[in-house]
This record gives sequence, structure tokens and C-alpha cells, in this order.
Amino acid sequence: MQNKQSTVLRRFMPLIVFAALVIFLAIGLTLNPRLVPSPLIDKPAPEFELPLLYGEGKFTNKDLIGHVTLVNVWASWCFACRQEHEGVKYLSRNGVRIIGFNYKDEPQNAKAWLTKLGNPYQTVVADNDGRVGIDWGVYGAPETFLIDQNGIIRHKVIGPLTSVDQLDDLIEASQKENFDGLLKALKSLKQQLVE
Amino acid sequence: MKTILPFILLLSALTCSVMTSAAPIETFKFESPETEKIFHKLSEELRCLVCQNQNIAESNADLAKDLRLEIYTMLSQGKTEEEIVDFMVQRYGDYVLYRPPLKPMTWLLWFGPAIVFAFGLIFVVRFMKSQSSRAQLTSLSDEEIERINNLHAEQDRK
Repeated sequence: MQNKQSTVLRRFMPLIVFAALVIFLAIGLTLNPRLVPSPLIDKPAPEFELPLLYGEGKFTNKDLIGHVTLVNVWASWCFACRQEHEGVKYLSRNGVRIIGFNYKDEPQNAKAWLTKLGNPYQTVVADNDGRVGIDWGVYGAPETFLIDQNGIIRHKVIGPLTSVDQLDDLIEASQKENFDGLLKALKSLKQQLVE
Repeated sequence: MKTILPFILLLSALTCSVMTSAAPIETFKFESPETEKIFHKLSEELRCLVCQNQNIAESNADLAKDLRLEIYTMLSQGKTEEEIVDFMVQRYGDYVLYRPPLKPMTWLLWFGPAIVFAFGLIFVVRFMKSQSSRAQLTSLSDEEIERINNLHAEQDRK
């Protein structure tokens, strides 16, 4: 009997190995290679000083301290930014502090874009040559960083934050950090998207 | 045939020119041939995050251009190769490296193929051994021999 069992096992061994391979490859296929985990998570926001898109003055990493903030990297040339923009506006209307990070853009194009589509940002900083973007590990727009009241980066969204998977991850991160106001706004946004 | 030859020459000349202009070229001036060498080495070993299957030397993406400039600037400031790689990894993670570093998380990546190969080797050796031993073991029991004899006898009677 013992012998019979082992021959059955031996006969099906190739099938088992093949099935394991298929499962691993299937998992690999469903992962998105464009989502590169950021090494900046749980680290302080990089030091920077950038001019504002509107008006005089500078914005530095120190200005992030004191509030839970979303830093939304966008540009007028970026199509996916347009896709998520209604969502960003919705969050802003629901009391989320959002800083616009205008990445590799012409100030006049950026202003025209915001005039046309609406400006949800409390402040917009202009990184025209993308140099500060490199420090933030930005490699495409849109990207959104979740920053806590101590100026620590807690989560990074790559791509439109209105895509359900990305929104779920952001919700999970805000839940973990107990950002109640943000959590409420995000859940309400998800509700809107599902309907 | 003679009329085709110029066309072939022209075609090959064209493809050559296309091939040489495919790689983006900027004119950087280097202080020494060594720094130039480091520059080329780095830009070939760092991955462009926008077109992920290209290094930043080959990629035409805007970010790759910026990163080439960044490497050049850092080299002119006298930064070492190691410092520049650290700079990139701090911002973009190990993913920027085409040759991932050896650490517990990447052990499977580095040693996985060798382990799979070793398992395969063990399997092949064991399989071959069992095949040869099975061939030797093939002998019939007394009962079976008797059955064969009976069958033969039956055949003979017919």
C-alpha cells in the first residue's frame, strides 16, 4: 500500500511541479511592473525649497510639518493627471490638505490647466526642471505622497489615485496611521467611484 | 545584379546611420578619460524607470536625460561611482540597478537557479539509478513461471 502511494505521487510529481510553476507565473503576470516600491516610505520628506506657481515666496519641506498632507505630483502634459483630477478635487472639497507638485512643466501651461479644470491645491510648488522630483524619486506623473504631521512619507501612490486598487492601498495606509479625516474623505471618494 | 548593388549599398548605409543615431547623444565634456569611463559604465548599469527595459544610456525618456545630467554633474563635483549609485538607490530603490545587490531578500534570485539545477541533477541521477536497478530486479516468481509453462503446454496441445 505504501509502495502504491509513492508510485502515484511519483507519477503526478511533474504535474505538481508544473502547477506550482503556473501559479507563480500567474502571480507574476498580475503584478504591475510599473509599480516600483519607493525606498522613501517611512522616511522624512526630502529637503527641498521650491518657488510657488502663484505669487512670490518659497515652499520648503518644513512647510509640510503640522498637517497630514497629500503631495500630488502632476503636470499639464500628463494625461492620467486629467483622469484623476476630479478625484483630487473631491478630496480637496472634503477637507484634505493637498499640495500640488507641478513637475517638469511650463508655468503658463500649468496655470491654464488649473484655470480650465479647477484648482484643488492649497499651494502649488513649481519644479520646472524636475531636479527636486529626482530627490523624491518621481519617475512619472501622476504620483501622490501621503505625508504625516511630522513630515514623514507614509505612502506613495503611483498613477491615478482614483484607480480602485491604488485608492484601496491609500485607504489602508491612512487607516494604519489613524488619519481619520483623510480616511473619511477617501472612503467617500471610493463610494462615489463605485456608484 | 549590377543594378541592384548600389541599392543594397545605399540601404546598408541608411540602416547604419539609423543605428548610430538611435542612441541619444549629449555632448558632455569630461575632465579625464577615467571619469568618462565611469559615466558610461554608470549610465549603462542604471535602469531607466520610465522605459523599464532600457538603461539610462539608451533611453530617450526625459527622466533618463535628467539622470544622465545628474550623473555628469556629480562626477564633475568629484563624487565617486559608489556615491552616485547610493544616490540613485536612495531615491529609486534597488530597482534602478540592473545587477541587484546580494542581500537576504535577493538570495533566492541569486542562488535560485543553482538550487533548481541541483535538484534537477539529483532527480536525474536517482532516476537513472532506479532504471538500472529495476532492470536487474526483473525476475519472475515461481508461480509466474508455472503459469508460463502451463500456457506453453496448452499451446503445444493445440
